[in-house]
Amino acid sequence: MHIAEGFLPPAHAIAWGVASAPFVVHGVRSLTREVREHPESTLLLGASGAFTFVLSALKLPSVTGSCSHPTGTGLGAILFRPPIMAVLGTITLLFQALLLAHGGLTTLGANVFSMAIVGPWAGYAVYRLLRRYDVPLMVAVFFGAFVADLSTYCVTSVQLALAFPDPSSGFLGALGKFGSIFAVTQIPLAVSEGLLTVLVMRLLSQSSKGELIRLGVLAAGKRAATGTEAVAR
Amino acid sequence: MSRNAKINTLLLLVVVALAVLPLALGLGDHKEEPFTGADAEAETAITEIEPDYEPWFSPLYEPPSGEIESALFALQAAIGAGVLTYYFGLHRGRRQGEQRALARLEAQDTAAQAASDEPSAERT
Repeated sequence: MHIAEGFLPPAHAIAWGVASAPFVVHGVRSLTREVREHPESTLLLGASGAFTFVLSALKLPSVTGSCSHPTGTGLGAILFRPPIMAVLGTITLLFQALLLAHGGLTTLGANVFSMAIVGPWAGYAVYRLLRRYDVPLMVAVFFGAFVADLSTYCVTSVQLALAFPDPSSGFLGALGKFGSIFAVTQIPLAVSEGLLTVLVMRLLSQSSKGELIRLGVLAAGKRAATGTEAVAR
Repeated sequence: MSRNAKINTLLLLVVVALAVLPLALGLGDHKEEPFTGADAEAETAITEIEPDYEPWFSPLYEPPSGEIESALFALQAAIGAGVLTYYFGLHRGRRQGEQRALARLEAQDTAAQAASDEPSAERT
């Protein structure tokens, strides 16, 4: 989903930068507030950022015969809400733009918009919706992460189609072209990301139950059933 | 293996299978260069749609070779994996420490109870 450096016309690059900036600024505020009010969550914040770091470095082969990578933004969005993921995703994208020549500074706004804003929000929305209808936690986590991943690549396809409409078939023709490169390739990878996010969430619900209850991921009732003796002491 | 560990292993195996199957089934064979990055394919598509397009900005730093680039990618993954394992290791250790402290408290409790029970038993 990384649009390469210089591959968006200046007007588009600026527009996406302007669109992304308020989300990132708001995210930085949420992040500092979270760290100030709950210093104990710093470690889990770091772990969420680390998950994005690992997953977006893994280029995996897909059914279309090309390679792409997951985004890892679903986990942090579910745990800490999407604004914070806007910051963690931006940090990852900056690292890749500056050190790996992957993505770029002129396309940072567009890449942040797809991976650090739309992905986390779409995934979080799906997760919340499923939880509201009492879908089991891990199923909701899977689909949240799946949607966060896939929607990121759909946004990238739209961004490129807007910038480079096909001369004969226009925006839709270009969307089909970029969509077949990005979105189709991404479907099995989004499944992988969903499964890995479920794995990490399972490990977290063993190791950091208290934290997940505070963040509202696990219900507090569960603690009463399994952890009262620990609390009583 | 506990049921939990079995489910976790199964999740990992499915992810591995999803990554290996496209390679094993030769799904990239129809391409000139199999398994290139989708990002690079998008660049090619852009130049197909607009052959005159020239990128107007180039990266400030570009890894000088594929090896350096993969080293930096490995570094990125290693940093992430390091932080994640630190997190889980720390919490596992904390949990074990808490359990040990609890066990010690319990042992002290029972010892104190035994000590307080004994004299009363003598008195009666």
